[in-house]
Amino acid sequence: MKNKYSIFSLIKNAFSNHENWQRAWRDPEPKKEYDAVIVGGGGHGLATAYYLAKKHNLTNIAVVEKGWIGGGNTGRNTTIIRSNYLWDASAGLYDHALKIWEGLSQELNYNVMFSQRGVMNLAHNLQDVRDLKRRTHANRLNGIDAVWLETDEVKKFCPIINTSQDIRYPVLGGTLQKRAGTARHDAVAWGYARGADEMGVDIIQNCEVKGIKRNGDAVEGLETTKGFIKTKKIGVVAAGHSSVIANMAGLKLPLESKPLQALVSEPVKPIIDTVVMSNAVHAYVSQSDKGELVIGAGTDSYVSYTQKGSFNIVEETLKAILELYPIFSRMKMLRQWGGIVDICPDASPIISKTSIKGLYFNCGWGTGGFKATPGSGDLFAHTIANDEPHKLNAAFNINRFVSGDLVDEHGAAAVAH
Amino acid sequence: MSKNLRINNKHFVDETRKLSFTFNGKKLYGYKGDTLASALLSNDIHLVGRSFKYHRPRGIMTSGSEEPNAILQIGNDDALTEPNVRATEIELYDGLICNSQNCWPSVKFDIGGINNFLSPLLPAGFYYKTFMWPASFWEKYEYFIRKSAGLGKSPSKQDPDMYDHRYLHCDILIVGGGVSGLMAAKIASDDNKKVLLLEDKELLGGSLIYDDSDISKIDNQKSSEWLKKLIVNIKNDKNIIIKTRTSLAAYHNYNFLLARQNLTDHLSVNDRNNKIRQRLYKIRAKKVIISTGAIERPQVFHNNDRPGIMLASAVKKYIDYYGVRCGLENVIFTNNDSAYETALSLHKSGTKLNAIIDIRDNSSSEIVNQVKNLGIQIYWNHTVVDTKGYKRINKVTVMKLNDKGNDVIGKKIDLNCDCLAISGGWTPMVHLFTQSGGKLRFDNKDNIFVPDKTNLDQLSIGSAKGDFELDDVLKNSIKDTKKFLNIENSNFDKIDVKCSKEKEKKNIWLLPSDRPLSKTKPFLDYQNDSTAKDIKLALREGFKSIEHVKRYTTTGMGTDQGKLANMHALGIVADTTNTNMGDLGTTTFRPPYTPLTFGTIVGRNVGQFFDIFRKTPMHEWHVENNAKFENVGQWKRAWYYPKDGETMHDAVQRESKAARESSGILDASTLGKIDIQGTDANEFLNRVYTNAWSKLQIGKCRYGLMLNEDGMVYDDGVTTRLGENHYLMTTTTGGAANVMSKLEDYLQTEWPELDVFLTSVTDHYATASVCGPNAKKIINKIFKDLDLSDESFPHMSFKEVKLGDINCRVMRISFTGELSYEINVEASYGKYIWEKCIEAGKEFNITPYGTETMHLLRAEKGFIIVGQDTDGTMTPVDLQMDWIISKKKYDFIGKRSLYRSDTVREDRKQLVGLLTDDPNEILEEGAQIVKDENKKPVDMLGHVTSSYFSPTLKKSIALAVLKEGKKLKGQKLLVPMIDKTIKVTVSDTIFLDKENERING
Amino acid sequence: MFLISCPYCGERDQSEFVSGGEAHIARPKQPTELNDDQWAEYLFMRKNIKGIQFERWNHVHGCRKWFNVARDTSNDKIEKIYKMGEQPPKI
Repeated sequence: MKNKYSIFSLIKNAFSNHENWQRAWRDPEPKKEYDAVIVGGGGHGLATAYYLAKKHNLTNIAVVEKGWIGGGNTGRNTTIIRSNYLWDASAGLYDHALKIWEGLSQELNYNVMFSQRGVMNLAHNLQDVRDLKRRTHANRLNGIDAVWLETDEVKKFCPIINTSQDIRYPVLGGTLQKRAGTARHDAVAWGYARGADEMGVDIIQNCEVKGIKRNGDAVEGLETTKGFIKTKKIGVVAAGHSSVIANMAGLKLPLESKPLQALVSEPVKPIIDTVVMSNAVHAYVSQSDKGELVIGAGTDSYVSYTQKGSFNIVEETLKAILELYPIFSRMKMLRQWGGIVDICPDASPIISKTSIKGLYFNCGWGTGGFKATPGSGDLFAHTIANDEPHKLNAAFNINRFVSGDLVDEHGAAAVAH
Repeated sequence: MSKNLRINNKHFVDETRKLSFTFNGKKLYGYKGDTLASALLSNDIHLVGRSFKYHRPRGIMTSGSEEPNAILQIGNDDALTEPNVRATEIELYDGLICNSQNCWPSVKFDIGGINNFLSPLLPAGFYYKTFMWPASFWEKYEYFIRKSAGLGKSPSKQDPDMYDHRYLHCDILIVGGGVSGLMAAKIASDDNKKVLLLEDKELLGGSLIYDDSDISKIDNQKSSEWLKKLIVNIKNDKNIIIKTRTSLAAYHNYNFLLARQNLTDHLSVNDRNNKIRQRLYKIRAKKVIISTGAIERPQVFHNNDRPGIMLASAVKKYIDYYGVRCGLENVIFTNNDSAYETALSLHKSGTKLNAIIDIRDNSSSEIVNQVKNLGIQIYWNHTVVDTKGYKRINKVTVMKLNDKGNDVIGKKIDLNCDCLAISGGWTPMVHLFTQSGGKLRFDNKDNIFVPDKTNLDQLSIGSAKGDFELDDVLKNSIKDTKKFLNIENSNFDKIDVKCSKEKEKKNIWLLPSDRPLSKTKPFLDYQNDSTAKDIKLALREGFKSIEHVKRYTTTGMGTDQGKLANMHALGIVADTTNTNMGDLGTTTFRPPYTPLTFGTIVGRNVGQFFDIFRKTPMHEWHVENNAKFENVGQWKRAWYYPKDGETMHDAVQRESKAARESSGILDASTLGKIDIQGTDANEFLNRVYTNAWSKLQIGKCRYGLMLNEDGMVYDDGVTTRLGENHYLMTTTTGGAANVMSKLEDYLQTEWPELDVFLTSVTDHYATASVCGPNAKKIINKIFKDLDLSDESFPHMSFKEVKLGDINCRVMRISFTGELSYEINVEASYGKYIWEKCIEAGKEFNITPYGTETMHLLRAEKGFIIVGQDTDGTMTPVDLQMDWIISKKKYDFIGKRSLYRSDTVREDRKQLVGLLTDDPNEILEEGAQIVKDENKKPVDMLGHVTSSYFSPTLKKSIALAVLKEGKKLKGQKLLVPMIDKTIKVTVSDTIFLDKENERING
Repeated sequence: MFLISCPYCGERDQSEFVSGGEAHIARPKQPTELNDDQWAEYLFMRKNIKGIQFERWNHVHGCRKWFNVARDTSNDKIEKIYKMGEQPPKI
């Protein structure tokens, strides 16, 4: 049993100068064989392992990670968590995740700092208004706490937004989900890693997958930089690199991996106390507990694995930020970075079995996977353990691209007469 | 207590220009040429801020962009205020107002200082381990965490300043105007290259320019004198463009770089009016030379963060450049020879140097010998184990190191001082190199990371490459630059350099103390208060990767981005885990190099230039006639024209009644227009639209529906056959550009064999659409000779006609269901023809109507709007438009997708009409439709896409998409709202004039 | 920010171009002959290669011509640019 984290354990350890804290997770060498191996030590992969051990009693399992855990999109995103999605399938998936988020710090005994400061989505043209109202009505009937705000209510909830009706794309209203918010991204990976490790899951870092060994149409194991690992079940949660792993197994996925950028400002005292998203002018902003403004930019149009996007995307994003928040003009960008997001044609993820027995994929989260981390892990674990999807991820099967039963979350195409 | 610490030597500030400034409410003075930091130091002020976590008093530590402590709130009011400005970078101007941050009530007495005593409870990552009970309290804990975090304050008013962008292209970009960069610039220029030289300071010359040493000589001259001549030379060189006060922010792939020039921040506020504050240069360089120099490292020991503890090189710069003593009782603590230059500067300026503590056993270089000869006490093989003085250092305690350097022995020696100059060696500034994708190599001799491999055409020289001694810097810079530029000889080939050579090296990342580590506070990251203990705790807890250590301890994540902290953090990790530092790797250096103002990144693209809007040729008329506008794509479209205090509802009811009862006029100029020509134009239309085009005669118009390859409706519009091989296609307003791109894509890449040419003519034509029972009469008044009879000019046909010299294309097509004519003229005649229609229509009460009325009129007829009634998930079959899918055509875009297992389902959502039981109840667009709202989860069957009150029908009408809608006609359903439930009946989509009689007037 | 040599206009900044994704996926000549799997393969499945990818770019803010690019997606280095209809180079 690991040290339990609490204010009391902090005080106790202060007396021993913090020299008796145990490792948050071990650093094992891979065993020869596991019951299941998760490829990818990001939030989703670690959560999958955690729930496989916790809910499905699969403890002879490993997570293999090419670099360091949480180093991909988990540690690079703008940490927005919400569940106000349009379609029933998406709402079910994301709200399942949101409900887990609400008790996650206690469940993991690790403070993931889930902060329900609300997420507001702004409308800037009449079609935005229609689309957001449609979403709000759907959310309400799906039991999701989304409400429509008129412009003056938007201003009241976040006073620093420029709601003047004279600007280029004036704010015509917005939706608010109060249960939505942000969390501390690193803590999610670390919390799940610690929890999984405690139940016996081997977390193997610096272990890159080089090949997938198949026997006919079933998997036999993984070739890695730390040797061959035998297993009958492989769950791939490799985000931007999903296609690379799929290609090793001779599969093609409906994905394109593109650069997505984000940036933070220098830290300042609290100035914005919620998360505000605007699709039409493309500006997302929140403020971290450290005081930095956290700003999400858009994706580039091309495939790239460089974790670098083009600068004009950042420029466009900040243009939009200053349009909505002119007071930020003298704020300074402290860091800018990129991640690799794997995007599905319908902007919805894949949590699915494949045509190869024992090979499962959890991918295609595009620009918004962080918010789903706990739910995604839980449902993927269910899918791997039972070789069948849970009803909440049944719609997110890979076969939908053949049947045409897509879950289109692009929202309505912004086209009107 | 304020003393003037200015000394009288040949420094670089202009003592004839005295400037006043205010720090924490106190009025002080400095000179032109000072930075805020040097001016504060000249007033004997070291304590300027409090640290992030423990609120420990902190002073000015450096003289450059690596400053972690001296970050202040600067500016005169809520609009101009700027948080987190480094006092070491900002040039002093008259009237500057600045305040300490992150302290309350004052920097001298800060309540938050209590955190220092709580520090045993606040180790790295403590917040992950607590604040979890009770669960509901996190919000409250977080409120206090947020309040105490952050540093300065955001401005709260709009920025009055202007920012600017400029593109620059050059053969050779040189980043850094120190000696190596200047020489490289000269070599490149002599080879006739166009050189762009960037220097972030006001003056060129780097650190050599104020070097007053007698030891280093270039061509037998004092090195600074030699350099001054080179600078004069370079300033007169026409091949070299110099930008000073310009710092390189980011180095991207393909030698694309961003640099920021400060244009007014050094001026007094009154002198800034109407000037551009900062300019962002977007640079494309054929080759890049990085000569950004190196940063001095501090040393890591107990209580190494007190005000008065400074980098040795900074102490030297304050004396030699600014003429400011940082203390009256100085002690130097070093592990290398460079701090001895500081010793000589102190000595020359007559400033007291009490002792030098050097962790090495000895050093026998020329410069050290010179210091030895001055009789200054040097404690060899000693280290500082503690310092005293809460708000300013007043004492250091020194002990001897053991043989291994991992413990201290012997007696404690106390030395008085008010300034401790520390040097832990030098770190090349490889940030830009790594930003560009370059890979580093670890040099075990100097304990530094140096540039190794790169894919780009770039070179690092000077101390940025790891050369620290003058002869190496100059000779290697010449050699490497020549090779890089492919030059045989340069004018510097015979350069003669003399300098002191360092022979003894020793480095200890974490210096030992007489106390156990747990009882000490050896800081690494001063701003974020992370200590060596935190690093060790992280390692103990299994955070193995250097990125984990960084994130867990927040080392290197402050506004200085770890410029001082990172190397020591790496060193301690390597030592603790017995790893070679080279194997450990570094954390990622992310752009920008120094924080970059949002306004600078955005430049002029704010306010009215945020996104230029498109307006039709009739726009001014709409404005004059009180139109309200709607944004559609980039266009401003007239939305409705309220009269005398009408509400939108009133105006729309009036406009639509007028259009149905007499006549209305709509500006339809924004519709996309594509001119299609070529012998295969007809075949092309057959492939891109779902319906058949082969039989369309010249002079006739046809409505077409375009799909995506996934079978979903993409766009629609009317296409007219103007000639044998000539068509004019119209698209939706918002879809125009995408349709054009898509058609070009197919034409160029899939069907290059087709003889078809596409030209976007959206902006070339203006369109006035006149509709209503009296439309024919109005058109007849304008075009007197045009035969408007149904036989000659039937619905869905087109005539070319002249109005004076104006060529008019008149189409009889209708989106309202009324008899309707669209007049297309060249854009410059748009307003003319519009006014002509208004004039001709006066007697028929012609009423201009906007997009809202247009939407209402078409909804009465059940015509769809792509993007409003469709959302990328609707097929033509779903829209009940099966009639538009040609059964004869072998293929068209999207056809195959219509036969997938999901698209052929009968129970898909389908377009229907909805009528409310209460005819006055108008449904909300976006509202959901259900059968049973009590069953949970509620089964949503579809949603309302369009909804209006029809003045002609005197009832509310709506279009909706509904699961199995086709089968549900006549059924009663519910639309649940927050406060009520509306009863509706499913109907046909055509509400008015099912027989289509109005089309003939 | 790449520099892309448009085969018709010469070297231009990346912001003038837009990527059209993987190249050499010809639209099936007889879509009706394909089963749902084969059609989905054409519509959605992509190699998404880490390494040299052959892809389509459009000089959208220039001559509006489409052309092909061989680019290493692991470092964004453009290896070769060639016109529509030409065979992919051997790299």
